[in-house]
Amino acid sequence: NTVPPQVVPGADPSARQLCFAWGPAEVLVCETLFSRAGGSCSRFWGEGRAGAAARAVTGSVAGTGEGAPSSSRVFVVRRDQDIYIQTLRKLFNESHGIFMGLQRSEEELAGKSRKAQLVQVSKNYRSVIRACMEDMHQAAVSTRDPALQGQYSTQVSILSAMELIWNLCEILFVEAAAAGPLLLRLLDWVRLHVCDVDSMVREVLSSESPSKHKLFWNVVDVFVLQGRMDEARHLLSKEASANPTSMNMYKILDDLMKKMPVPSLGNTQTLTELELKWQHWHEECQRYLQDGTFASNPHMESICKILLGDEDAILEKKELMTTWYHFLVTRLLYSHPTVRPLELRFYAQSSMDLFLAGESSPEPLDMILMAAFEFEMHQVIKECSIVLSNWWFVAHLTDLLDHCKLLQSHNLYFGSNMREFLLLEYASGLFSHHSLWQLGVDYFDHCPEYGRVYLELHIERIPLSTEQKALKVLRICEQRQMHEQVRSICKIMAMKALRNNRLGSALSWSIRAKDAAFATLISDRFLKDYCERGCFSDLDLIDNLGPSMLLSDRLTFLGKYREFHRLYGEKRFPEAARLLLTLMTAHIAPCSFWMTLLTDALPLLEQKEVIFSAEQTYELMRCLEDLTAGNPDKQKFQDDDVETTKVEMLRLALARNLARVIVKEGTVEGS
Amino acid sequence: QDNKISIWSAGDLGNAGLNGEYNGEPHLLCDIQHNGDVMDMQFLDQERIVVASSTGTVTVFRHHQNNQTLSANHRWEKAHYHVNQYTSCGGAACTGVVCNNPEIVTVGEDGRINLFRADQKDAIRTIDNADSSTLHAVTFLRTTEILTVNSIGQLKIWDLRQQRNEPSQIFSLAGDRVPLHCVDRHPNQQHIVATGGQDGMLSIWDIRQGTMPVSLLNAHEAEMWEVHFHPSDPDHLFTCSEDGSLWHWDTSTNISEKPSFLHQGGRSTAYLSHSTINQSVVSAWLSNDPTKDRMEITNLIPNQTLSVNSLDVLGPCLVYGTDAEAIYVNRQLFA
Repeated sequence: NTVPPQVVPGADPSARQLCFAWGPAEVLVCETLFSRAGGSCSRFWGEGRAGAAARAVTGSVAGTGEGAPSSSRVFVVRRDQDIYIQTLRKLFNESHGIFMGLQRSEEELAGKSRKAQLVQVSKNYRSVIRACMEDMHQAAVSTRDPALQGQYSTQVSILSAMELIWNLCEILFVEAAAAGPLLLRLLDWVRLHVCDVDSMVREVLSSESPSKHKLFWNVVDVFVLQGRMDEARHLLSKEASANPTSMNMYKILDDLMKKMPVPSLGNTQTLTELELKWQHWHEECQRYLQDGTFASNPHMESICKILLGDEDAILEKKELMTTWYHFLVTRLLYSHPTVRPLELRFYAQSSMDLFLAGESSPEPLDMILMAAFEFEMHQVIKECSIVLSNWWFVAHLTDLLDHCKLLQSHNLYFGSNMREFLLLEYASGLFSHHSLWQLGVDYFDHCPEYGRVYLELHIERIPLSTEQKALKVLRICEQRQMHEQVRSICKIMAMKALRNNRLGSALSWSIRAKDAAFATLISDRFLKDYCERGCFSDLDLIDNLGPSMLLSDRLTFLGKYREFHRLYGEKRFPEAARLLLTLMTAHIAPCSFWMTLLTDALPLLEQKEVIFSAEQTYELMRCLEDLTAGNPDKQKFQDDDVETTKVEMLRLALARNLARVIVKEGTVEGS
Repeated sequence: QDNKISIWSAGDLGNAGLNGEYNGEPHLLCDIQHNGDVMDMQFLDQERIVVASSTGTVTVFRHHQNNQTLSANHRWEKAHYHVNQYTSCGGAACTGVVCNNPEIVTVGEDGRINLFRADQKDAIRTIDNADSSTLHAVTFLRTTEILTVNSIGQLKIWDLRQQRNEPSQIFSLAGDRVPLHCVDRHPNQQHIVATGGQDGMLSIWDIRQGTMPVSLLNAHEAEMWEVHFHPSDPDHLFTCSEDGSLWHWDTSTNISEKPSFLHQGGRSTAYLSHSTINQSVVSAWLSNDPTKDRMEITNLIPNQTLSVNSLDVLGPCLVYGTDAEAIYVNRQLFA
């Protein structure tokens, strides 16, 4: 049962020492600087699961100075190749819907209705598997690439095996069929899954005179082995009408077959009644056989022996049964139709031994089915995990069994139970896919212990190629109060926008994250642009900031400053003046901008009409003095002619304004 | 990434089975590779489809109905791009496309508006930096005017006849500048416009007056991705959202005659009386009296899980697609 180790293509441990690091969904393998001393070569044991898809990413190692830096490669080894198979996407998507429905389904339903509900869920999963099988089969038939065809065919057989196992688990665990119905379910199971004989059956039935067909008796045997009495009898009647000499024999056999007691699904008879009837019928068959009734027709005699449950007679038809579990069910049908679930294990083991008879050894599938017959659920899951390359099957099956309350907490070393472990593994695999990760989110949500932590780690690694994708990721984080991740994602998007000169987008992202620091950054950019160009860019944004202006002081300043310009443009000077002053005195404006603001005040001071009141003028003067006094490097300041001129002009304008306003305010207005 | 444009047949409308039900699921007719995510698409005419890509390319595909194939007819590479201060031009996603044969208008994350003509190699007109934020959607208001919505909550009207690169009008929501993701215009009454926001709010605007919406309706719990008036029956509106629901807004029924609780069909219905500002308009969308005209709202999705990204409606048919990689077709919308 061991999976052969996979070699990472291109990584050669004999040439360079390799190091590796585990990521959330992949393994990074890196070539180090150190080359192998001596000739010892050790194979790299890749990820134990089959299907390691390695992608070499060329990178260079920074030169250490010890010699020429050589380029190293980093390999990204993904553990799950299956999620990239196009045709399996339907399986993942549909099963996600079923999974969610199951998690949300009412637990208050008790007893029978709950069981019926769970059986329905199981059936839904199986029908999805079958639909996928159908698609895969179509793909295999229609493709011309032989490699692809091989891959699809393999997938079809894997899916088929999965459905076989799931179906058995449904019968034994979910539905927990009791003695009686158990046999009927097993018969259905066999009929559904042993299809190697279907083409033969079709051939005989569609031929002109079936009873003359050379495979006629084979088909009759198949029907008998599968308990399909009506169909067997129908075929036999054709033989009888073609061969009147055996009419007598045929009538007796037909009668026996008709009378055979079988368990019924409804509660029309108890097990004891059935056993009694069956005993009588069995004895009747025995009598006919011993009387030599069928002696002249070996086919019919063999059928009678089969009806009597003669193991050798049944084993003779090995090729028609093809599998040991078919043999098991046939045996049970004809020797212990009222078999109880817990008795199955003994019959299963002996059936397998008899059928294989030392010619071949059991395959993994056989071991899994055997574990199921032995009601060793944990064993089933363990074996499936080893054999299958993808966690899909075990994760969903275990979840369903857990909902049936069948799994005791099977503590693994990190303390969470098996169901959660499998779901975490499955969902982690989904996260390495560029689009199926959305399904993974819901699975993490339903892992109570570690789901959130896993989600937090994975969600930050999703590449955000478009804004729409970023919005979806953000929505997921916000719904789960993952504030750290929200902030981090918004910062990333805002930075990207800023680099691309999309200041409005950047602001939009900072508003979403309520990131005041970034809003300040963006405002500084705007102000810088203004200082350099003398006009505002993106007026549609600044003019329409609305309440988001309050996110950061700098942003508020930007909005108000722009408002000042607007007021000035509309010639509403007193209001403009008031606003300008407020900007400085209320310390909304950054100190670096005060000079600009004061310079903006100049035209207002030079107006014909006096705008600033005395009070306001004193304020302005104070601001100017604060500004010039606060400057430590007076020498530098004085050297800069432009600056000095500006300050002087301002002082002059302020003084003049003061003079005019004192006069104006002192004058008593004429009535 | 393998992205495809596909054409499906949703079954013959005339081919009803014995029970009068439509048989057969939609089946695939043809498909073709597409580079990048499909952000938006629209039919240009009976045969041609314009597709907006996340790489910034706009492609016109032709559907050959005789042999059921698709081919790329024309492509405008780098219709949308960023000029980065560090690297050279990188592609920017084209987020919306609208057609009025032969004109095609596209908008993108680069805040650019492009006007193309179907068979001409270069753009007829490009408005660079039309918006400092991302333009999420565009639609025609009149043949020469378009409406755009952006990520700082503004609805803008652009007059394409004018050469200046400024919008002729700007509308915005009061309060927080919630990004707007979709826009649609009433098919008959061109002054009525509906937009959907990032908070799932549906806004109805009368663009003849004011700069603020007429109605604000609390709808979805997450981003509203698309809003569509029914083209022939505009008393019906459809919205779909990231929260996985698709709502049918019905203002057609006059409930003053009918008791309000007895109505058939919907699984979860709610009544909303909407606060409005304007009084004098005829349309049910803008009407004021909450006791007289109420709206029926129905969620058309019974078991919602993942986001409904897109929808379209024509006649009795509704089509929508979800993040669970499924497309749903409802052919008896008003049954």
